[in-house]
Amino acid sequence: MAHFKKKSANTKQDVPTSAMPDVVFMLLIFFMVTTVLREVELQVQVDYTQAENIEKIEQKRLVSYIYIGPERLGPTEVGESKVQIDDAIVEDINAIRTIMYDKLMEQPRLIVSLRVDRDSDFGLITDVTQELRHAGTLRINYSTKREI
Amino acid sequence: MALLNKKKRPDPEIPGSSLADIAFLLLIFFLVTTTINVDTGIGLTLPPIPDENVDPPPIKERNLLNILVNAQGLVLLDETPSSITEVKQKVKDFITNCEPGNPCVENLSEGPTDAIISIKTDRQTPYNIYINMLDEVIGAYNELRDEKARALYGVPFDALEESSEQYQSIAKDVYPKKISIAEPDEGNS
Repeated sequence: MAHFKKKSANTKQDVPTSAMPDVVFMLLIFFMVTTVLREVELQVQVDYTQAENIEKIEQKRLVSYIYIGPERLGPTEVGESKVQIDDAIVEDINAIRTIMYDKLMEQPRLIVSLRVDRDSDFGLITDVTQELRHAGTLRINYSTKREI
Repeated sequence: MALLNKKKRPDPEIPGSSLADIAFLLLIFFLVTTTINVDTGIGLTLPPIPDENVDPPPIKERNLLNILVNAQGLVLLDETPSSITEVKQKVKDFITNCEPGNPCVENLSEGPTDAIISIKTDRQTPYNIYINMLDEVIGAYNELRDEKARALYGVPFDALEESSEQYQSIAKDVYPKKISIAEPDEGNS
């Protein structure tokens, strides 16, 4: 019986994959460099406010964060406004002074970024900034999102 | 002869086929954990705690623009009620008063280097209202600095390097940012 040979193009049909590891490595290095592992576990709820005239903090290693907002009690419920530095809630406002002073000794060009919930009372924030003044950490930054 | 003894050896090779898989695994890990967030915010420098033995330098009443914000977000600008949207223009008028080319108005500042903006709030004032207020004041300064930079050097203020002489001269000598944040009232009054 007549047997017809199937015609096929003489060219190769596979995608060259030898460069794939290089591409993947390149992406990998990009993400490794840009990644910031989550630094703290937030115990207060912070809903940022917005502003137009904001500036970027370029040197992230100089930054120390203070979180102010209602304490998270459960999945949905929140409590009183609290101040959180690093991983712990600071109950005594006057303790901020020593904490921040120690940080300033480690990093003399410290910038304190205040991440404050939009509905917090300003009185509490003044107390905190007053403590910062006593500690000598005078460069601060009110963290806000860009207003759209 | 030596040539005849030569045996065919397998090419020494590291198996490279799994390299891509390993790299992908790492890539996915970093993709998942990465958060590309840029820290943005309003930068301020707090004044140091004043020395108790030294009296604060006297400030003329006309060089001080008092902005009062109460807990409801109502604004009092040098004793006159105004809305938050008017603040920027009024602050600009206040700062540029008595500048060369501008007429001197009686109860506004004696010039940009003397002008001080004082923001005072209640303890109960919500933070976002305060930030809006501060945003307007800083916006007024930024616009003035930008105009100056365009007039003097032909570039926007943002384009100047922070360490450059031009930046420093505008930021320090022409329009220094003098913003004072006063201790809030208890808010009962």
